[in-house]
Parts: sequence; C-alpha cells; structure tokens
Amino acid sequence: MKLKSIIAATAATVGLTVGAMAQAQEVRIGLLTTLTGPLAALGQHARDGFALAVEEAGGKLGGVTTKVMVEDDQLRPDVAVQLATKLAEREKIDILTGVIFSNVAMAVVKPTAENRVFFISPNAGPSALAGKQCSPWFYSTAWQNDQPHEAMGAHLQAEGVKKVYLVAPNYNAGKDALNGFKRSFKGTVLGESYPSMNQLDFAAEISQIRAAKPDAVYVFLSGGMGINFTRQYAQARLTGEIPMYSAFTVDAITLPAVGEAAVGTFQSNLWNEDLDNAANRRFVAAFKKKYDYLPSNYAAQSYDTARMIDAALRATGGKINDKKAFAAAMRNVKFDSVRGPFAFNSNNFPIGNFYLLETIKRADGKVEQVTRKTILTGAKDAYFGECRMEGL
Amino acid sequence: MSLIFEQLLNGLQFGMMLFLMASGLTLVVGIMNFINLAHGTLYMAGAFFAVTFQLLTGSYLAAVGLAVASTALLGLLIEFLIAQPLYKRDHLDQVLCTFGIILFLNELARVIWGSAPLRMDAPVWLDGSVDLAGIAYPVYRLAIIAVSAAVALALYVVITKTRLGMLIRAGASDRTMIVGLGVNIQLLYGLVFAVGAALAALAGLLAAPLLAVQVGMGDHVLILTLVVVVIGGVGSVQGALLAALLVGVIDTVGRVTLPTGFGNIVIYVLMAMILFWRPRGLFPSNA
Repeated sequence: MKLKSIIAATAATVGLTVGAMAQAQEVRIGLLTTLTGPLAALGQHARDGFALAVEEAGGKLGGVTTKVMVEDDQLRPDVAVQLATKLAEREKIDILTGVIFSNVAMAVVKPTAENRVFFISPNAGPSALAGKQCSPWFYSTAWQNDQPHEAMGAHLQAEGVKKVYLVAPNYNAGKDALNGFKRSFKGTVLGESYPSMNQLDFAAEISQIRAAKPDAVYVFLSGGMGINFTRQYAQARLTGEIPMYSAFTVDAITLPAVGEAAVGTFQSNLWNEDLDNAANRRFVAAFKKKYDYLPSNYAAQSYDTARMIDAALRATGGKINDKKAFAAAMRNVKFDSVRGPFAFNSNNFPIGNFYLLETIKRADGKVEQVTRKTILTGAKDAYFGECRMEGL
Repeated sequence: MSLIFEQLLNGLQFGMMLFLMASGLTLVVGIMNFINLAHGTLYMAGAFFAVTFQLLTGSYLAAVGLAVASTALLGLLIEFLIAQPLYKRDHLDQVLCTFGIILFLNELARVIWGSAPLRMDAPVWLDGSVDLAGIAYPVYRLAIIAVSAAVALALYVVITKTRLGMLIRAGASDRTMIVGLGVNIQLLYGLVFAVGAALAALAGLLAAPLLAVQVGMGDHVLILTLVVVVIGGVGSVQGALLAALLVGVIDTVGRVTLPTGFGNIVIYVLMAMILFWRPRGLFPSNA
C-alpha cells in the first residue's frame, strides 16, 4: 500500500516536472493566412503585424519562447483544413491564428477544436461563430463581420440621411453586410445592387445610382472590386454629388491603388493609423520602420492578437498546457489594444469602438484616411444572444 | 430615356474592351488551333508594363507604346518557347500548359510588383466628362470606344485587303492547305501570336485607369473573352466584334433590369442559346 502510493507520488512528481518543463519551453503558434492570389496583401499584413509583436517581445510572448509557423491557405478552405490539421497534429501547435477570410475560418474551426487548439482569428468573424456555433476554442480579436456595416448604418441614421442606395457583391457575405447596414439604418433604401463576384466594370450600376438620386450610397466591395468601383465612381463625377460611404472597400491596402478617387469618401473601421493612443502610436512607428510600408487594420488586428496572447500568457505564468486556465486568461485579458478600449463579450467576440474615417488629400498631395469621430462605443455584435458558450 | 441611352453606351464601351481581348484570342485559337488560356495573363502584363513605363518615362503615350511592344515580345517568347512544341499536341495538353503559364506569370508578377494593387491614372487630357444628351459621360470611356473602334477598323482592313490578311484567313479555314502551298507558317504563327499579345496588352492598359492593376486581374477577363470567342465563332474577327458588342450590351442591360442573380447569368444563357442553334458560333471561319 505504502509502496504503491510512493510510486504514484513519484510518477505524479515526474509527470508534473515533465509537464512543467514542456510548459516552460515554448508556445507553438500556427499562422495560417492568405499569401497568394489577388488578396495576398491582407495576409502579408497579418503576418507582418504578428511578427512585429513577437519581435518586440524579444521572441517570447508572455516570457515564453515563441515559435511561429507560417502557412499559406491560398484562400481555399480545403487547403486550409489540411494545413490546420497538419499544424495541430504534427507541429503540435497550441494556437492557430492569421485567418483573414470567413470561409477559411469556418473550415478550420472543427479541426482546431478537435485537436484542443485555440483558434484566435485576427479578422474573420462569421455570424455562425458569434452565435449558435460559438466555441470555447474560438476567439475573434477583430469584429463580427456585420459590425462595420452596422456602424455605418448607425452613422447615416444619426446624420439624418433619408434615402440610400446599397451595393454589395452577390454572395452570402454581401447580403449579410447589407442586412447589417439595414439593422441600424431605418431610412429608405432606394435600390440594392448585387454585382457578381469579381465584376470589373461598374458603369451600369453607377448609372443606376445617378438616376436614383439617393442622399448617399453605401458600398461593400472588397479587394479589387472596391478599387474599381471607387475609381469609376469618381470618374463619373459622382463623389461630390452623392457622398460615398463604405466598409472593407477603401483601406490602407487599397488606398494607394484608388488614389485621389477616394478623396471625400467615408469609411467605417475599428482602427486607423491616426488613432490617438500610446499603443497605436508605438505600433505605427515601429511597423513603418521595420517594413517600410503603411500598416492596415489587418496588420493592427494581428499585432493586437499577438499582444493579447502575450498578456494572457503572462496571466497564466507562461503556461498554455492548462487549457482551462489559458481560456480564462483570454476571456479576461487586459492589454493596451491599438484600437482603443477592448474586452471580450460572452461569445469570445470583442466589445469595442467603431470609427468614422474620411479620406482626404493633404497639403503635400498625400492621400490618407483620417479619423473623424467615434461612431459606436463599446459595440457588441448582433449574435451573442444566440451563443451558449460551453466549458472546455 | 437618357438612362437607357447611358446604359447602351456603357454596354458598347464594355463590349469594345472585350473585343480587343477576343480579336487576338480568336485568331490564335482559330489559326493555330491553339487554346491559349494565358491570354488573360498578357492582359495583366500589359497593365503592369504600362504602370511601370508611365513611372519611368512620365509620359502616358510612351508608356502605351512601350507596354504594347513589351507584351508583344513576351507573347513571341511564349510562342517560341512554349507554344511551338505544343501545336501538334491535343487541346488538353495546351490547356494544362497555358494554365501553368498563368500560375507562373501571376507569381512572377507578385515577385516583381508585390501583392498590393497598383494604380494607373488616365492622362489629364482624357480626364473629365462630356455632356451627351444630358448625361455627363466620362471622356476616358469614350476614348476607349474610339481606340477600340480604330483597332477594329485596322484589323478589318488588314484581314480583308492585304496579302497578310489573306494568309490569316486561309490559315483559319485550312491550315494544312496553306502549309502545302509553301507559306512560312512558323512566321505567320509568331506574328499572329505577337499581335494577339499586343491587343491583349492594349485592352489591359486601357482598362488600367478603370481597374485595380493587380495579380490575377486577367483571369476574370479571360472567361468573358472565351465566351465572346465561342459565340462569335472561333477564328472570326468579325464574329468577335459582333459577339463582343452583344455580350457587352446584354450583360450591362441585363444586370440593371433583371432581378439579382439573373442579370449575372444572362450572357451564359445567351451563349447556350446561340450554340444550340449555331454550334460553331455566329461566324464560323471554316464553315
């Protein structure tokens, strides 16, 4: 009896020691993002933002040696599942991050949860994961996808705009976006246009908008579509006539390609380069210095993600093997976000601010976005009520 | 009323852009019997070259000339290195290989120009709009119509009135026969490929001020171009013109008049209908 308990005690001690050593060794992070294809710039920003935060922490997030493995999801859910599974099973990652697009996020939610890997999304925030399919393994550090649209709807409502015309691509996220907008905008929608994905020329839609004579036009067209639309809208001389509001359309990545055509248009976002807080000033300066290009919100969100992991690891004393303790540390994480105030809601999505940005041309000819006001303070997404969060 | 007129003008302009792409591709497919999926990549190359040369020379016209010439050279290079050995192989091999060119050149463009989209501005003298029956229409879009119409006219003259055009038509209707008659088919192929590349580059750089210049920009244009080539009849420039205008106008009008979803498929319905009644397209070159 005595012998047995000694053996058990020894085994437990050895087990603990080995466990503690493993914990003290390193935290392993898979950064799965989009690095090829037309939208590769977004993934590049996410990768660089994350790397900057790891570098600032001296390669040790939360004081623990941090190993980041970067993979390219090619914006293909099937590829993403394979890579996530490989990272989880073979590379034994503790955390998966980097995912920009919602279809990729939906695909890797299952393989990460099954392997008891935390999936911390720096951008993708599909409604399912904020609501019915919320999971203790999933965190979003940016937004629920509808939120920037809700913010702009709220802004136009507050401004007393009566009639709008809406444009979004003809796929699920496009419809979700405009529904999000209409959730907070109560005026008249004169028309909705759903051009097909990757449509190049918007002359037809722009002619319709001109003829409809709305007070404002609201546009959600990401990547190249947004660049094309904004430029063609300006070429049609409509920017001054019918103000253009947008989200995910004009940002730090697309702005150089849009150029002066974006001047005088408004955007909603959770972050901007000029946000006046210490963390952001430091981030923007360090990012420009290290990479020699301007950060976008994607870089900022990914930078925030790394610094959030850093803070959570500090709270657990650098341990991530105790998943429950790390999850608790994440939910209550305290860190200086570059976006301003930050906290997690009950569905592991953020409670944060949304800002109104205007694109202007400075006296020296440089086109840039400036923050005009805070539209929403401490905004929560529309789906958290549907989430019944389970324990780990 | 003026809205309908404006939309027709939009359709015409879109159709003329498609024609620039389709005229080159229909010659390559028709004369060489070579399926060139990389045609869209040449469109992208034209836009990237134009942006670069505009930065280097500071002149829009010089950039246009240099970009068209460089893309024609790139086309010749592709023809010499990759297409030539594939002429005798079946279409599947050609599709696989030219698809490989798309992937390769897309990544090469990313290495050279980066993944962030670039911008090309229209020259100041084409900026602005003119009043057409009460609508302010962008001058640049009218310029696209004018340039494309000039190209169409030039192609018409070359193809119907010159010896070269006769050879091209002969090549499109019976390749074996013109080889048998002692025509230097190698030279003809190289020339047609280069002209096709130049036209694609022209389409790409004309579109550049309207669009984001970025990796993969040619891939979506390629699909519409193939639709135009098939509707027009492979090998027929005349067919390509008619089909391009048809697709441009029907797509534009369909998008704004039909319910969401239907507008986007209307040209594919058109293609299916035309192929049902005329399986070889509107103007088959070797009928």
